[in-house]
Formats: sequence, structure tokens, C-alpha cells
Amino acid sequence: MSVEPVKLKSLVKAAAEQVIASAPELTALDQAIGDGDHGANMKRGFEAVLGKLDTIGAQPLDEALKTIGKTLVMTVGGASGPLYGTFFIAAGDALSQKRSLPEDIVEVFARAIGAVSTRGRSQAGEKTMLDVLYPVLDTLKADGDRPDVIERVRVTAREAVERTVPMRATKGRAAFLGARSVGHADPGARSSCILLHAVCNALEGRP
Amino acid sequence: MNDTVGIVIVSHSKDIAKGTADMVRQMVGGEVKVAFCGGDPDGGLGTNVSSIIDAINNAWSTKGVAILVDLGGAETNSEMAVEMLEPDRRNMVVVCNAPIVEGAVMAATEAAGGSSLDEVRAVAEELSAS
Repeated sequence: MSVEPVKLKSLVKAAAEQVIASAPELTALDQAIGDGDHGANMKRGFEAVLGKLDTIGAQPLDEALKTIGKTLVMTVGGASGPLYGTFFIAAGDALSQKRSLPEDIVEVFARAIGAVSTRGRSQAGEKTMLDVLYPVLDTLKADGDRPDVIERVRVTAREAVERTVPMRATKGRAAFLGARSVGHADPGARSSCILLHAVCNALEGRP
Repeated sequence: MNDTVGIVIVSHSKDIAKGTADMVRQMVGGEVKVAFCGGDPDGGLGTNVSSIIDAINNAWSTKGVAILVDLGGAETNSEMAVEMLEPDRRNMVVVCNAPIVEGAVMAATEAAGGSSLDEVRAVAEELSAS
């Protein structure tokens, strides 16, 4: 499977529009355990990505990922800008080094997640986006050859968000709330799930 | 050469960043370049990479720049901003692990004496030693 330019463009468009449409939900989650800006920040960032859609669509995949990452870094603000930006930039860097999709998806995804972990000085289990990304990586490793891998990724991401509900945050703004962070899904985990679902749907040609 | 290390103050609040810069100027004087930024791209509370990059460039010195931050996102965004600088500038900017107000004043005081970036950082970070 190669990612055609037109498909890349429509995939990025679909994912960005999904995040933008989910801004109120992300804001509500972040108001519960953070500072309430995650929805607005993500919306601003992905609107900027939409604004660069023609550029992104004309680039090879590695450069397109870096453009998306840099755009998010410069426009999202908050802590999620550098974290999402780092994810896409690191994925692009990994792809630039003679790797290709989908064959090397596990390695590219692992490097992108590793970069996010380093940037946020965070590990799994701390109620962050990593608590969705690591389980999805595990699913890609275990089930990458199965025909239903995309559905498995979707289910993994959804269930992983639910598992952040009882977690106590020790990173990010939610950490200041300590025990009060328990009982709410993590906004970054949810936005990661939304993005992953949008990409899964686009890869299957679903709206 | 009498250039001094530049100081950048990054807070979630522009008012805190500006107030800290005002304190530095009053207590240390005008010989140290101080730049500040605060707020998200829409003007709310937060920090953003592009204004941090601008602040670093405004405070630029041949001796480098020390950044003082408040909460987590300010540090993450500052580190990201440093990585997005031109390669020859990246190694000449440090994010100090220090309280923002005291750290900025101490760092600027040390910088005013002509100290190196490492010395400025060390003085600011002594404040975090337990």
C-alpha cells in the first residue's frame, strides 16, 4: 500500500475536520481536569493544517508529516502543541530515513511515540496521550498482519481512553488537581483517539 | 567584548512575564537584554512557540540566552522553540530549572557581571537546590 498524494490530502483533511468538530468535547474534558483550552488549541492548530492542505498534499509523506508537525507546534499553544508537533515531526524524520509505510509502521510509530515521551518526560500510566498511543503500538505489533488490524486499532484506542478515567494524573496541568483528576478521561488521550479513528476511517475510505 | 547573556521570561500570563521583566530591569539595570512573552496565540493564558522564538531572538547575545519559565507547558514550549532555532543558535540557549521571578533576577544579576551562559544558569538553578 502506498499513500497517494490525493489520498494523503483527503486523509489529512478528514482527520483535521474531525478534530475541529470535536473541539467542544475536548474542551469539556479539559475543563474537568485541566485548564479548559485543549479543544480551542487543537481546533486552532488543525485549522492551520487545513490552511496548508495544498502544500501538504503535494509533499512526499515524510515531508508532509513534518509540515503538519511544525504547523501544530507553531499554532496549537499549550503543552499539546509541542507534543503533537513532536509526534508528527519525529514520524516524518523516521520515514525520511529509508523507511516506508505500511511496512515500517511499527518502527515509525514507535519512534514518534518515543519522541513524545521524551518531550513530555512522561511514561505510560500517567494519564496522558501516551496511554492511548502505547496500546495502539502494541496492537500494531501484535496484529499488524491481520486483515482487521484497522478495526483492532480503533477498538484499542477507544478502550485505552476509557482506561485513563480511573488514572491519577501526575503530568501536565491535570497533575495540579491530583486526586480530582480521577474519574475523568484524559483530554489528550481522547484527542489522540479522535485522530486515530479519523485516520482509520479514512484508510478504509469511510467518511 | 562586553556582550552579556540575554534573559527570556516565559509565563502563561503576559502580565506575569512583563512584571518579572520590569523587576529585572529595576533591580539589575538596563545592560542585560531581557525579553518576555506570555499567552496563547489567541491572547488567552498559555504559552506558544512562535512568540518564544521571537523573544529569544530579541534577547539574542553572542553569549547566549537563558530562559526562565513558570509551569510545565512553558518549559515544553520553550524546549520546542530552542529546537526550532537555527542550528548554530540551538546550543547557546538553555531553559533554567528555577523559579521564574527569583531565577530571572538572579540570572540577570549574574549575566550583568559578564558571566558565561553556564555560570548564569548555575546561579539561577541554585534556587531550586533542596
